[in-house]
Amino acid sequence: MTDLALELLRVEYAYRRDVALRGVSLKVEPGEVVAITGPSGCGKSTLLHCAAGILRPQAGTVQLVGQNLADLSEANRTRLRRTQAGVVLQFGQLVPDLTLIDNVALPLLLEGHDRQRARRAATEWLDRVGVGDDASAVPGELSGGQNQRAAVARALVTGPAIVFADEPTGSLDSLAGEQMMELLLASVRTGGAALVLVTHDNMIAAYADREVRLRDGVVQHEVALS
Amino acid sequence: MATAELVLGLLHRGPAHGYDVKRGHDAWFPDSRPLAFGQVYTTLSRLERDGLVEVVERGSEGGPERTVYGLTDKGRAHLADWLSEPIQPALGAVDEMVRKVVATIHTGEDATAFLARQRSSHLRRIRELRAASADADDDTPARLVRDFVAVHLDADLRWLDGAMDRITELKETRR
Repeated sequence: MTDLALELLRVEYAYRRDVALRGVSLKVEPGEVVAITGPSGCGKSTLLHCAAGILRPQAGTVQLVGQNLADLSEANRTRLRRTQAGVVLQFGQLVPDLTLIDNVALPLLLEGHDRQRARRAATEWLDRVGVGDDASAVPGELSGGQNQRAAVARALVTGPAIVFADEPTGSLDSLAGEQMMELLLASVRTGGAALVLVTHDNMIAAYADREVRLRDGVVQHEVALS
Repeated sequence: MATAELVLGLLHRGPAHGYDVKRGHDAWFPDSRPLAFGQVYTTLSRLERDGLVEVVERGSEGGPERTVYGLTDKGRAHLADWLSEPIQPALGAVDEMVRKVVATIHTGEDATAFLARQRSSHLRRIRELRAASADADDDTPARLVRDFVAVHLDADLRWLDGAMDRITELKETRR
């Protein structure tokens, strides 16, 4: 039996006194595209951050490719996250002082790959997402769309089982946003990764195989779209 | 047009005559075109012919004849089916969606379940339109039509989301 890409069981999370998640469960199959939607403050970004291991839930479990994050040491958790999960945020979040190629090679270098091999893989991904010509530019020299493309390359360069994207088109206009989504989908499909996508934009949610809608920290409904 | 189903919805609380049906409709949709009397009576006759409503009382009490109509079991089932089924998202079909949501609330059906079904139906349609555009090998006028429909479906979705929020809040405050 193939492991699920992601499984959350009754996850709870609160910021001081604000409860963001009240027992959310979610399963994501390998290669599946799931949109997490809902009004502002419904807990969708918190859910994504818990799933990606960025936040640690106060109750419930998160399993990434069959491994319970709570059972792993800090070092192993970081390693699992770095190799199995890619993250794309609204504003790319690239390291501002590094060139695009170094930004994309970084996850591989942190995993101990040799520099030449890491840069070769980074170059391939930058070409694939259409910013190969900008490999030696730093993020400040490029547009939001170009940086976001590089962020997709960085998320996929390690060949992760799952990619987490939080409003990945949020900083782009609608046409650029749709192109970005097409690129993100094509990229996760190339790598066979699952995609969990947080969005408030219905046109972007319509790209998913399944929609999970949150309200006040609980799943309001869940429907198949494909 | 879903006038027939709306008339069934207006009879859900109990038998009524044509005038009450018309007044009920105009109260449900205060900012829309009033329902014409002629249309009410034609619709009631057709519904009676199809066995969805029946005459429960016929009297005049000294004035003009007033026929009172009530829902049959078949009519009740037809109404429940109509209220549970999302509309086929297409150009010009939206009025029926609004009618269904309003009728769902008035008849005490689960409006949030309907809104969720309609939402997924809209999202699926956007997917289909996008796939059709991706398959087309040129920028034909057909693509412009698909874009037009998709943008309007997006507007519907925003209305559906707002309706979901309002209805959920209302439920919470009544709890």
